[in-house]
Amino acid sequence: MGKEYFFDKPKNVKRLLLGFYIFLFVILIAEFFIHKHIFFRWERYPFFYAMFGFVAFVGLIIAAKYILRPVIKRREDYYD
Amino acid sequence: MINTVPPAAIFIIGALFIPLFKGKLKSVYLLLLPIVGFINLINIPEGSHWAIGFLDYQLVFGQVDRLSLFFGYIYHLISFIAILYSIHVKDDFHHMASIFYAGAAIGVVFAGDLISLFIFWEIMALAATYLVWARKTKESSGAGMRYLLVHLFGGLCLLAGIVIHVLGTGSVEFGYLGLNGLGTLLIFIGFGINCAWPGLHGWLTDAYPQTTATGAVFMWTFTTKTAVYVLARAYPGTEILIWIGAIMTVFPIFFAVVENDLRRVLSYSLINQLGYMVCGIGIGTHLSLNGTVSHVFCHILYKALLVMSMGAVLHRTGKIKCTELGGLYKSMPLTTIFCIVGAASISAFPLFSGFISKSMVVEASATGGMVVIWLMLLFASVGVLEHAGIKVPFHAFFSHDSGIRTKEAPLHMLIAMGITAFLCIFVGVLPGPLYSLLPYPVNFEPYTASHVVTTLQLLSFGALAYIFLLLSGIFPAEMRATNLDVDWFYRKPVAAFLWFCNVPLTVFRNGIQTFSSRAIKAISKFATDPLIVPETIFKGIQLGVLKALRGTPDETTPKIAALEFEINRLIKMKETGRYYGTETPRRPVGLAVLVSFALIFLYLIVYMIV
Repeated sequence: MGKEYFFDKPKNVKRLLLGFYIFLFVILIAEFFIHKHIFFRWERYPFFYAMFGFVAFVGLIIAAKYILRPVIKRREDYYD
Repeated sequence: MINTVPPAAIFIIGALFIPLFKGKLKSVYLLLLPIVGFINLINIPEGSHWAIGFLDYQLVFGQVDRLSLFFGYIYHLISFIAILYSIHVKDDFHHMASIFYAGAAIGVVFAGDLISLFIFWEIMALAATYLVWARKTKESSGAGMRYLLVHLFGGLCLLAGIVIHVLGTGSVEFGYLGLNGLGTLLIFIGFGINCAWPGLHGWLTDAYPQTTATGAVFMWTFTTKTAVYVLARAYPGTEILIWIGAIMTVFPIFFAVVENDLRRVLSYSLINQLGYMVCGIGIGTHLSLNGTVSHVFCHILYKALLVMSMGAVLHRTGKIKCTELGGLYKSMPLTTIFCIVGAASISAFPLFSGFISKSMVVEASATGGMVVIWLMLLFASVGVLEHAGIKVPFHAFFSHDSGIRTKEAPLHMLIAMGITAFLCIFVGVLPGPLYSLLPYPVNFEPYTASHVVTTLQLLSFGALAYIFLLLSGIFPAEMRATNLDVDWFYRKPVAAFLWFCNVPLTVFRNGIQTFSSRAIKAISKFATDPLIVPETIFKGIQLGVLKALRGTPDETTPKIAALEFEINRLIKMKETGRYYGTETPRRPVGLAVLVSFALIFLYLIVYMIV
């Protein structure tokens, strides 16, 4: 076993994630203290962007994994 | 005021002298080219310069206005960075091809007429092909050939369009064209092939991952952004571009999720980023065109940064696939940091360059009330975060430890990446100087509280989804695989066509060959002495008649025996092919002449009737 690096310690990873979760909470709350510049009706809903980000990401991954990959995946030497 | 020359000339003529220099002097010379070019460029006043008569037309090598100048600046800047990054390369031809390529792209940008534009366009295709071939692998030679063929096809579309357009209007001037006929449509498609429009993008994801580590910086910059430039000049406000652009932002992100080769991920990412630019051109308002042009600037820098960091990984480890990499932050910490800066910039986090340019295009779509387009662009922003923002840095530098321990990237690469990373943050924090260079006056403030918070929410909750999917095991595993794309439509059918030529057609050809060689043999046997056939037939008839009218045996029997002997001799001669033995007298020459005349006469009759 060689030198131990920063992310080799699970404690460091946990700290980083904790910091990230606190940051998420802060930017959710921040929404109530700012004036939102609105173009479309649904932008008025609280946490629209947060929800869009989460749902879009999950949808993207699911579609790519379960629909696209089975269609386009071939052996690595397919073209040889 | 100093004397200036056409901007492309410094690169294209300068490249010819590269082999004359050795060692350190060559490095200095290479780095001086973009600096001298830049000093030349800033001394050229706006307007139209270097018009040269060619046949009945005027070639203009210096159409200088705010749009072309803007592209000129960023092209010189990125050339300097890319040359610095590739300064260790020993192959002179590689340097020459790179600089020709950059020079040709600059030539297109400042071309004021369609003829010189076309010539520079083709130089770009050839020089870029060399950068694919220079990798010298089996894959790169195939990909380079396909790249060349696709671009020659695109070039022919462009040429045909130019010819039709020039014959119709009588003008070779390159300015606003708009879609108004077959000529401009063909030019539009020619530009679109270089811009990697959906369905026409196969060459990009095929060839770009095969380029050399250093040539990639040039490749990822010039061809596609030059296509954006010509579209912005000739087709702003063309409505179909809005849809083409929006589709370009969305479809590649799905492919990028399942791709294993990280430079191929960046190729899909390139198409996605071009989508924002094309969309901005299509919307055609001052806000959206400013968005497109500023996005070109930011995109060239952060995409170069990502490509350089992956190039450094390739340079040090020789590997570029997710399945083979991981944990490299331990041995390449600086490259890791630069890659993360590039990733944050492309994902458009506040304080990074993507934030101040992409948002202009997205806002332009919202201002225009384009609901579907706006949603597509927003969705694509999440997709960018997934593949370029998280996947590229995470799988190369973190993820599972591949056990690879290598050295940090060479110093000149680190400096090139450092400069680029600095510029990405500088432009992101202080967009003012960049905005002041845009073609139209800017009335846009990226750093509003609303904009910052909504962007952070979108991106951070996307990242949260990533953590959630990774921990729950839903996130798709890295797999060694070939993923199909539209290049399948010419790679496989062409391979099938080659098989058809090699197997069934060859069998058919062999059959014909055997048959015809036998036929020829028979004919040549016959033609050696054609008279033998009628002679044999005549003698046969004589024999038959004699036998039928057999009179006194004493008189006819010797005659019949003589004829039978003669016929047997003729048949035997025909079979053995020995005609001119000692026992056979040669036929007189006059007879051959007579036969020839008879054949010519026959031929004349046939000719007259037909």
